[in-house]
Amino acid sequence: MLARLSLNDGTWGERALRYGLLSAGACFAVLFLLLPLLVVFIEAFSQGLALYIVSISDEEALSAIRLTLVAAFFAVFFNLIFGVAAAWLIARFTFRGRKLLLTLIDTPLAVSPVIAGLIFVLLYGARGPLAPALDALGIKVIFTIGGIVVTTMFVTIPYIARELIPFMMEQGSVEEEAALTLGAKGHQVFRFVTLPNIKWALLYGVILCNSRAMGEFGAVSVVSGHIRGETNTVPLHIEILYNEYKFAAAFAVSSLLALLALGTLLLKAVLERGGHNGLK
Amino acid sequence: MNARHKQGRILPGFNITFGITVLYLSLMVILPLSMIVLHLASGDTQAALTSLISPRVLHALRLSFSLSLVAAFTNVIFGLLLAWILVRYRFPGRRLIDGVVDLPFALPTAVAGIALTTLYAPNGWLGSLLSLWGIKAAFTPLGIYVALIFVGLPFVVRSVQPVLEDFDSEVEEASLSLGAGRVRTFFAVILPVLWPSLLAGFSMAFARGLGEYGSVVFISGNMPMKTEIVPLLIMNRLEQFDYMGATSLGLLMLVVSFALMFVANVLQARLGERAAGVR
Amino acid sequence: MTLRNRLLLLLVAVLTGQAEALAERIKLLNASYDPTRELYQEINSTFVAEWKKGHSSHIDVLQSHGGSGKQARSVLEGLEADVVTLALAYDIDQIAKRGGLIALNWQSRLPNNSSPYFSTIVFLVRKGNPKGIKDWEDLVKPGISVITPNPKTSGGARWNYIAAWGYAERKLGLSESQAEGFMKKLFANVPVLDTGARGSTTTFVQREIGDVLLAWESEALLAKEELQAGAYEIVTPSMSIMAEPPVAVVDKVVDKKGTRLAAESYLRYLYGETAQESAARHHFRPRSESLTVKYAEKFPLIEMLEIDRDFGGWDKVQAKHFADGGVFDRIYAPSS
Repeated sequence: MLARLSLNDGTWGERALRYGLLSAGACFAVLFLLLPLLVVFIEAFSQGLALYIVSISDEEALSAIRLTLVAAFFAVFFNLIFGVAAAWLIARFTFRGRKLLLTLIDTPLAVSPVIAGLIFVLLYGARGPLAPALDALGIKVIFTIGGIVVTTMFVTIPYIARELIPFMMEQGSVEEEAALTLGAKGHQVFRFVTLPNIKWALLYGVILCNSRAMGEFGAVSVVSGHIRGETNTVPLHIEILYNEYKFAAAFAVSSLLALLALGTLLLKAVLERGGHNGLK
Repeated sequence: MNARHKQGRILPGFNITFGITVLYLSLMVILPLSMIVLHLASGDTQAALTSLISPRVLHALRLSFSLSLVAAFTNVIFGLLLAWILVRYRFPGRRLIDGVVDLPFALPTAVAGIALTTLYAPNGWLGSLLSLWGIKAAFTPLGIYVALIFVGLPFVVRSVQPVLEDFDSEVEEASLSLGAGRVRTFFAVILPVLWPSLLAGFSMAFARGLGEYGSVVFISGNMPMKTEIVPLLIMNRLEQFDYMGATSLGLLMLVVSFALMFVANVLQARLGERAAGVR
Repeated sequence: MTLRNRLLLLLVAVLTGQAEALAERIKLLNASYDPTRELYQEINSTFVAEWKKGHSSHIDVLQSHGGSGKQARSVLEGLEADVVTLALAYDIDQIAKRGGLIALNWQSRLPNNSSPYFSTIVFLVRKGNPKGIKDWEDLVKPGISVITPNPKTSGGARWNYIAAWGYAERKLGLSESQAEGFMKKLFANVPVLDTGARGSTTTFVQREIGDVLLAWESEALLAKEELQAGAYEIVTPSMSIMAEPPVAVVDKVVDKKGTRLAAESYLRYLYGETAQESAARHHFRPRSESLTVKYAEKFPLIEMLEIDRDFGGWDKVQAKHFADGGVFDRIYAPSS
């Protein structure tokens, strides 16, 4: 890997270019990322630290946080397995229907959250085709935690797979083939060659998937039923607070989700260190 | 199905990964989405489909598609720029920016909409600045554009970033040492490798923009024939208990974006093979 | 544990007054719309206490809140709500007609069109009423900026819209096509159509957009009290509409769960003095006569149109005004 350049290396022209790019990128980041983040935190603390703490620790907030953690766990777990399998399949083999599969993986992105919720309501709801069977078994999916988990999984399907696929395609399979010719078994190749190589893309994928799972609002809102203390996720709880004109409290709970993004920094730093010591 | 590896040699794992992928996609994507078609077929299909041809729907479609497209382009350019400076340069605040790139995903769309409206409304920090120039952002198409850039940005940055981090710099150094300038090296050596990930980021940002509802409704003002997006029309119809009308709109968007993404994926595969050839 | 032992334990429990530990626990779910959160929080706690006095069973009332139409759809799709308390009868009608979950005659099962409390549409203006807005015809004047949510997505906004329409027809004596022109001018003055009533209030208050907010009286009073006290005033137009948010037991659900008795007493409780006073405190107009007198200053008399009497009911209104291609769509059609 090329060493990160110190800003003042090189000729005058190179320096100017570098500073130009840097300031343009920084401006963009400030406008579209840092300022919204700042708004969230300023509003969150606008009525003092005490209210902030109360808002994020009251019973309904805690129940929402628990539910969101559960939904995000399932979404990341299943989509991780799926994502790695799909990426291996699509990046390492050519076969008929490959591009179709790839497009199917993308589809949940293009489905408006409203429709994403609606399709699960139509499928599992009281008037859906599965209703008699589900009723007989006494299983309720929609308006329970199950519906929230399934919908969250749907919305986050593409994230890990799509992070891995272009990356693995760019990497090619030379190293894996070399390992195979040297007599390594399939799972060994995956563990000792592929995994270390894709770990960054995998990490980004997991982070994105997790963020999105925790932040999903529209689709989950359709299938949740909004029962206080039972089926409200964090984003739904935020909406309720906002609608009750408890703006500071709404932003306080939002700031927890924003902190998530910052928490990934920590994770990355830890993994970076691990990377230098061991894997590479 | 017969699997053929690119280089003609067989890597293991085709059957199991194929099985997992197809099973999961069938259960989680095809089955639920087929409900749209099933539902449409259960009622007056023709009436539902003709309801798509109205000036209001057409206007919303134009608005949704054009703004998502422009926002996705913007994200390709600035997303690449962000990924580039994050990977290549060391500067104060780098880690902070790296961390907040995921913010648009973590923040519920409604909160994003509210935060952006707070900033861009006529009495907000940026809105009041812009109004000095006579520009109105919130409650105009410009506001929707801003929201769509926000929700789509992580796609591009996070697809390009790992490729850049992994980029084999020998080719680049060779190019530089052969006297090609940095700019020419970028376009001739680096960009071809980045194309697949840029295209992936673009198509995802575009698709996400098309369907986005939560953040847009706060900042758009929802004026019919002006700032009404397609997902809002779907919502309108649902509120009238018009499930047929809502699913027909959903199907239309699905078909169009599926087609667009398919094209993007075909292109991406071509570019990917070319990129692999460069190595 | 044998059956005999179990019975013995039950006897001991009853004798020692620990009946509650073994008593039946009833769980009611009330699917309501957004602005009634604080109201039902209060009513539920007094109802639970009241129930305890007369019954051996213990009762819990769970709340679900959301947009009125969305809540109706959720119940249709299987949200097992024992009672619904929504913003307009149209939404409960849909549960009855489309899903058959509620008897079609639901609205006549309880007094006052099954609406234990009601409200009306008023104007919220900025302090001192700088634009001098007094009545509906002031809203169509050029240069006045009016904030109302989108009637397509918000039940509350449909009341606003119908109130204005009724004024144009009844008070101004306009023909139907003239009334349509009136509405067109009115909505030409609307710069933002939020998807929900609370969103509109936020636009008016936080973003400082608009000269006048059309709102339920209950919402206007709440905004006046809770958001920057003293910054807003309420203007009562000369004619408005009786906005009745009705309630109903969801028959299919209570029969399945066996909660009919509890659900029915819950709804009847809403008509009692305690709940009526809660409603009045939360800015809804009570039905109780004594409370109407007591809160006369808070709720001034207004001439109110009624949806069934004056407009032929929601079905008609919905088809004429809010369906695709209806009057509301025509208002926004490119100028013809």
